[in-house]
Amino acid sequence: MKQNKTKIIGVILLILLIILSVLSAKFGAVKISNQEIWNGFLHLFSGTAPSALNERIFIQIRLPRVIMGVFVGAALAVGGVLMQALFRNPIVEPGLVGTSSGAAFGAALYFVLGATFGLQLGEWILPLAACLGGILSTALVFYLSQSKKNNKTAVISILLTGIAINALFLSGVGFLSYIARDPQARSITFWNLGTLSGAYWEGLYFVISITVLCILLSLRFSKQLNALMLGEQEAKMLGVEIRQLKIKVLLVNVIMVAVATAFVGVIGFVGLIVPHLLRMLNGSDNRFLIWSGAILGALVLTASDLIARLLLAPAELPIGIVTSMIGVPVFIFLLRRTNYFF
Amino acid sequence: MVELNNISYSIKGKHLTNGVSANFEKGMIHLILGPNGAGKSTLIKLISGEHHPNAGSIKIEEQNLQDIPLKTHAKFRAVLSQNLALSFPLSVKEVVMMGRYPHFEGKATTLDDEICVKAMQLFDIHEMQNRNYLSLSGGEKQRVQFARVFAQIWQAVPGKSRLLLLDEPLTFLDIYYQYDLMKKIRDFMVVNADLTIIGVVHDLNIAAKYADTILLMDDAKLVKHGANQEVLTKENIYTVFKVEVENRFEVV
Repeated sequence: MKQNKTKIIGVILLILLIILSVLSAKFGAVKISNQEIWNGFLHLFSGTAPSALNERIFIQIRLPRVIMGVFVGAALAVGGVLMQALFRNPIVEPGLVGTSSGAAFGAALYFVLGATFGLQLGEWILPLAACLGGILSTALVFYLSQSKKNNKTAVISILLTGIAINALFLSGVGFLSYIARDPQARSITFWNLGTLSGAYWEGLYFVISITVLCILLSLRFSKQLNALMLGEQEAKMLGVEIRQLKIKVLLVNVIMVAVATAFVGVIGFVGLIVPHLLRMLNGSDNRFLIWSGAILGALVLTASDLIARLLLAPAELPIGIVTSMIGVPVFIFLLRRTNYFF
Repeated sequence: MVELNNISYSIKGKHLTNGVSANFEKGMIHLILGPNGAGKSTLIKLISGEHHPNAGSIKIEEQNLQDIPLKTHAKFRAVLSQNLALSFPLSVKEVVMMGRYPHFEGKATTLDDEICVKAMQLFDIHEMQNRNYLSLSGGEKQRVQFARVFAQIWQAVPGKSRLLLLDEPLTFLDIYYQYDLMKKIRDFMVVNADLTIIGVVHDLNIAAKYADTILLMDDAKLVKHGANQEVLTKENIYTVFKVEVENRFEVV
């Protein structure tokens, strides 16, 4: 009975995702017809260059953007599931361990230094800087939260250290925006609000491989993360090596979220809300939360991107504004009708 | 089965367990009694491997406790602890299935499913298997946890004897279920002869009725360990609990 329910949820989410992705590919500053999409795909698979303008827009701009939204959404939502399970706390976000603020700092540093020294670096340098920043800050959080006494890493101390390090890196971003010239300061601000508009194929391949790999790895942790819901000691009594599990899960999360953030900027609330919605639908089994989180995360981000493009068309909003505008009311609504016990 | 050799455990200079030696024989129920803060739960945590003693050694079937890998150990040793804090919505069946986690990789087998059903039937929670654990009463939750730890050690493991550790398992249960559960544990042991149970209880009557041996503790030390009648004397109970009782507890 229960298994049927998870299958039905999976199928419905998948159908919705496909419909939304097609809509997202069609609408925007330029409207693309079904025929043009079809021709675009034909060119894509035959390897020939499309001649019509709309077909080129579809292949070079719209399609990478849609796919980027799908995988980044999946990465952020699965990151949220992992962090909430690891911290045994349903109000945790994937960026909480410092990843997104570190990435923001790395990106800000790139904008300011790049402009100051007039460096002409390739398109890979921004994601690289952001990714390194995210990994560095998370490593710092993990290192500082280790208790010297017994070499144990209490989850609560990771959480609190994360808050402190987040504040530190955000003030770093603030400082950089303050000393930056106006155009760079604007770049920093926009990057912190996230956008899918810069998606390109090479970056996309990278995001897809990392995300798929990390989600598959996450599924392997689902049983141990379930046991962790009972408490750390109880999980240990069920044969879970807690310390190893923490390190592995944090590592998978930071790589997945840092890479996603590096290419699209900081996008909040997806990782927080998606696991909540699914828990209300069908309980907290982490195996279910991980795969369905990937689909629903993709769905939410695709929908947000569509709204971001249509609301002020032909101009577009940063996607982070949309996810927060939708996310906050949904989150508050969920909190008010669910009884969580802390 | 379980051999404690002069074990001590202290935190910040305060002894929680002080030079305890005891031998727990296989196939029996051993119950630990003592006033609050006597070190009963600490002793359970030492035997389960949650804490490591500062001095002394613990042997499980001649093997040093710290030499048994965590994953292997979980196949034949289950622990029901106090203060289970599950704050996520999960169905009763999913919680019970956690007891089978040490036994399968990936997906649960039909055997695991069957064992879960049997364990849930044993503790009268089979009808509520799809209900949300968080919506249950304290007593119902406790029975679900019982089913979970029993599912973990439901079957004999070749070459190993099973061990079940219970830290105040009867909290939240009314008198009917307290006796009902102890009776079920007894009946389970009749057909599972290799199972040893070490538990903490507060009720002297329950201990007198169901224990094979009683371990009396006070102030982190072992006061007496032996058969029920020897341990539960008027004098011993007064020394430890400072309570006058009429007679020695009769084993009915």
